[in-house]
Order: sequence, then structure tokens, then C-alpha cells
Amino acid sequence: MARLVRMDRTGHTTLAEWDAADPVAVDAAVRAFREELDRGYFAMVSTGPGHAEQVKELPLDADLVVLRLPISGG
Amino acid sequence: MTALPEVAAVPWRPPMDALRLRWRGRLWTLTTFAHVVPFLAAGVLLLWVQPLAAPVALASFAHAWVIPMLYAARGANVLRPKGRSGAAAEATALGLLGDLLDHDARELRAATGLVVERGRLGVWVIGEAGAALVSGGRGQRITCFCVRVDHPELPSADRTAHLLLALRADEVGFATVANMAFSGARWRVARRLKREARPALAAAAALDRV
Repeated sequence: MARLVRMDRTGHTTLAEWDAADPVAVDAAVRAFREELDRGYFAMVSTGPGHAEQVKELPLDADLVVLRLPISGG
Repeated sequence: MTALPEVAAVPWRPPMDALRLRWRGRLWTLTTFAHVVPFLAAGVLLLWVQPLAAPVALASFAHAWVIPMLYAARGANVLRPKGRSGAAAEATALGLLGDLLDHDARELRAATGLVVERGRLGVWVIGEAGAALVSGGRGQRITCFCVRVDHPELPSADRTAHLLLALRADEVGFATVANMAFSGARWRVARRLKREARPALAAAAALDRV
């Protein structure tokens, strides 16, 4: 089961879980994904050891999509 | 072409690639040298002209010693732990960070509070409020960057995970967005970290030698 999680003050919150074969779960996940992007989150997926990629569409084949906030120089 | 959207917020900064990183490191060393040498020279001159001015000369030597120390302390600050959230939030965040790390990195994070991650520019040591790049081929140089997610309520492991994911997406972009806080000898920063955090720098140096 793939997961969409948002890093937040609780540690993280699972916003959606889906199976690519389940169109209802996929729709809900895509909706949740877009809402979070509209709120300013960036979506990241791991693409191998030591590598990650920012995505703008929900990758249905990913195991885990993590939503993060922007970073800046301190 | 950068993959990190935050780079758009600092359009005046050139990409912090390996060449620029080396140049900035040398410039930092030169600046430190320019701060220290006049105090050393003034102290020596005072002693030579008037030995009775030894206390003033000693004060001048103290300045020459303190200035690099303060710079290194500023660098070490980026790796120091910050405030903690509630235990439940910290544990949840730690679980997610652990999922992003391999076994060795996870164990090192548990022991030191820092994540060690190999990149193309060197080996990164990532904390909650910044990251340090250990480089030079023998791990002798460290460049400290102040960079963070602007959300103080996040658990510490989440703050580290934010930086780790951004770094993995675009290393040069990550270094470009970050503010350089120190560049110099690794031992200078290591001395100013808590004892339990130092193995992370040693591990990064060992990885840099491989």
C-alpha cells in the first residue's frame, strides 16, 4: 500500500493510502496531494539510495511520497 | 538547471558547485588570516619596542586566538541540537527519518543526533539547523552551512528529514540556498561540538577518504 505523508508538528501525518488498482483510493490520494501542494508543500519521493526527486504529480507507483516545507538559509 | 525550487528565492547567488566551494573556502581562510596576522604582528611589535607593554601584547595575541575560535563556534552551531517537541511527535518523526536512512546512518543518527550522507561535493553531516560538508579527499576541511525549515514546531528529526530530502534532490541547489557559516579545518568545529556528536564528523571524514 502506497502512502502520502506530511511532515508536521505531530511527527508526520498519513494523508492518504492507495493501491494503484483502486481508482477511488487513487482519486482521494491525488486530491489530498494537490491540496497540500496548494498549501505550499513540496512532494518528494526517494529514487534510490541517497537520491530524491521533487514531484508535481502524484507518482502512483511510489511506495512513499513525503511532503516537506520549503527550506531557507538561516 | 536546479531541481530545488527554493533556489528561486536567491536568484543573485551563483550555484555553489565544487569550484565555487573551493574558492569560497580559500577566501574564508584568507579572511581569517587577514584578521589574525595584524593582531599577532602588533603583539610582536609591542614586545619588541617596549617589553613593559607585555600585557597589551598578550591581549593582542588573545584576539588573534579568539577570532578563529569564534568563527569555528559559529560553524559548530549549525550542528548543535535545538528545541525538542513532545516525546510522541519526536518518536513519530524519528520513525520517518529512519525509513530514509540505511542501517549504519540510522545507528549513527541515534548515537550522535546527526545524519551522515555522501554527496558529490563531499560527505554531508546534517543536523536540525544546518549541515556541514566534509571534503578535501582526506576529510580535513569542513564547510558549515546554516539552512533550516522555518517551522519551529516541527520535531527535531523532521527538521533533519527536511534538509536531507532537499539535499538528496539537489546538492548544489541545497548549498546555494544555505548560508555559509564557516569554512576551515574540521578539528576546529569538532572541538566545539559535544563529545557525543563528534563521531559523526569522524565518520564523515572516514567516508571522504574512501
